[in-house]
Amino acid sequence: MSTLKPLLTAEDLTVGYFSSKKTPRPVAQPVRLALWPGELVCLLGPNGAGKSTLLRTLAGLQPPLSGRLNLGGAALAGLSAAERARQLSIVLTDRVDAGNLTVQELVSLGRHPHTGWLGSLSAHDEAQVQAALTATGTSSFAQRPVGELSDGERQKVLLARAIAQDTPIVLLDEPTAHLDLPNRVALMRLLHRLARQTGKAILLSTHELDLALQAADRVWLLPADGVLHTGTPEDLVLSGEFAAAFAREGLAFDPATGTFALHAPMGPAVQLMGDGATAFWTRRALEREGFVPTAGPAALRVTAPSPPKTSQWISHAPGHPAQYHKTIEELLRTLRLTFDNTPLA
Amino acid sequence: MSTPTLVAAPRLEPASRQRLAWLVALVGLVAFGFVLDIALGPVRIPVLMVVKILFGQATDSPAWAFIVRQIRLPKALTALVAGSGLAVSGLQMQTLFRNPLAGPSALGLTAGAGLGVAVVMLASGSAAGGFAIRALGVGGSWALVLAATIGAALVMALVLALSARVRDNVVLLIVGLMIASVTGAIVSLWQYFSAPEQIQEYLLWTFGSVGGVVGSHLVVLAAVVGVGLALAFASAKPLNALLLGENYARSMGLSVGRARTLIIASTSLLAGAITAFCGPIGFIGIAVPHLTRGLLRTADHRVLLPGTCLAGAALTLGCDCLAQLPGSQTPLPLSVVTSLLGAPVVLWVVLRRQNIRSSFS
Repeated sequence: MSTLKPLLTAEDLTVGYFSSKKTPRPVAQPVRLALWPGELVCLLGPNGAGKSTLLRTLAGLQPPLSGRLNLGGAALAGLSAAERARQLSIVLTDRVDAGNLTVQELVSLGRHPHTGWLGSLSAHDEAQVQAALTATGTSSFAQRPVGELSDGERQKVLLARAIAQDTPIVLLDEPTAHLDLPNRVALMRLLHRLARQTGKAILLSTHELDLALQAADRVWLLPADGVLHTGTPEDLVLSGEFAAAFAREGLAFDPATGTFALHAPMGPAVQLMGDGATAFWTRRALEREGFVPTAGPAALRVTAPSPPKTSQWISHAPGHPAQYHKTIEELLRTLRLTFDNTPLA
Repeated sequence: MSTPTLVAAPRLEPASRQRLAWLVALVGLVAFGFVLDIALGPVRIPVLMVVKILFGQATDSPAWAFIVRQIRLPKALTALVAGSGLAVSGLQMQTLFRNPLAGPSALGLTAGAGLGVAVVMLASGSAAGGFAIRALGVGGSWALVLAATIGAALVMALVLALSARVRDNVVLLIVGLMIASVTGAIVSLWQYFSAPEQIQEYLLWTFGSVGGVVGSHLVVLAAVVGVGLALAFASAKPLNALLLGENYARSMGLSVGRARTLIIASTSLLAGAITAFCGPIGFIGIAVPHLTRGLLRTADHRVLLPGTCLAGAALTLGCDCLAQLPGSQTPLPLSVVTSLLGAPVVLWVVLRRQNIRSSFS
């Protein structure tokens, strides 16, 4: 990988808008970026941090406020629209209203920078379109009008169009928005596979932190303060930068589990014993109830059974006999009763 | 020994075969409407005779041959040219602005031409001037055509200059509508302070007519519309890219500014010239693109452009035929007929095939 050259680089890049009186309004601090072939990069950050602005600037859809952008070894600003379109394709959040177009016609539009003045497709173009349809699993409804598609199908078709454009770089602005969980997972898996198999550099902005941490080769983290951090997801998590980026929004990221805490712990400590899946899900249930599960000794003790079906959950509360429970539901009911009757010191 | 070889016929999808059938049907409709438009009028000429005269064969009635060659043929040709030009300019505007309500009048071109005509008619002042114009027939005067062309060209120059500055097409559409509104207001103001006879002349022009465009006028009109249509067909690929919106079009390598200039120039030539020669003919520019999309069920401009051309010509010829039907000496105003009879036809297509909404929203 180290012998490869980056497909896209940015130095001292500031992105943003010019306000009405021509004064620059940067939305992010100057950044230094590189996009490598075969990499899936996720651009993460809270709303309004400037993810879309950064993507649109990298795609050449809006000029940078300052700094240098290089695409394939040449300055982006010096490239014609057609040259740029052969290097870089993008899936936008813009609504596509061409309901009368069939899926195949829409995907064929991706060949725009490669066709002649009339836009007729050569055999090679047709093959590229078919390949894009197959890769995204959209060939089964290739003849359907775009207006009749579901959101998930439409997102796949827009991705197919970008793939048909056959560029080394693909940018996607929040492709997982409006998709249900299975479709989000499928899309990330597809993008990861594409990056690996075709050597494309794929950069997407997303709010799917869990999925991004799992699928991304590299994460570009753009917090609300506009200072971009890049690195592998694991490094960013372990260095605490990931947690810091979302701390301002009141989100607590737990590096031990890789999840965001939904429940603020405030109740008494519970010593949780046991291991495996049962212990994991017991811990989740206890956290939801407001307890703080610990490994160390505590007044309250819960033993999770292993293996699950044959034995039972055991709870020990001070001043009570040990109680046995068949389900987590029963366990929680007992714990609730215990604390309603004996307020803990 | 010869081995039987299977020659694979070019396999067409059912949808594109249907499209081809509609295109062929439209060509037939245009031809039929063309002949019928020549046959109908104050003097009825048998259709067979019309065909004979058109193909240059001798006929029993020299009067018929004269009427066909000198009056009816130019009129039918004007209807053909005006119909296809207006329809194509409407299609371009609707795609460029991503707005189903856009038409040739969206950029204020029609209003600009109207202002030019109003300046000539209402400022000429003297009854003699008005009489001279009437003697030449509505739209028959070079002064009128020139004034209308200058009016449309001025608005076009203004819109082109603004379009270089305004990046957003929606803003440009609003600018066009405002220009149309201001120009219309100026004409209204002028009318308010003018004598009733002068207003009548202007009103007559606003009814629209394909008659009276003869000789050199017709040559000029056909040439300008020809250039406009050529530009429109050349912009089929940019128009297709614009279907996905400006940002996608730009990301696919389209220089949106250049494409927009080309499209606006084409529309201005088409709408400006036709309005100058024939007066404002409403409805065709807005409705025919919808009609064609409904019939051909496609958004591909390489199919839609010729389709719209044919449908626009067929509908205008049909409306002109209907304008002759009452059998009186004076045909009905064309603009009224296009709206009265064309609108229900389009409504029927729109309601039957509910894909118009999906092409825009």
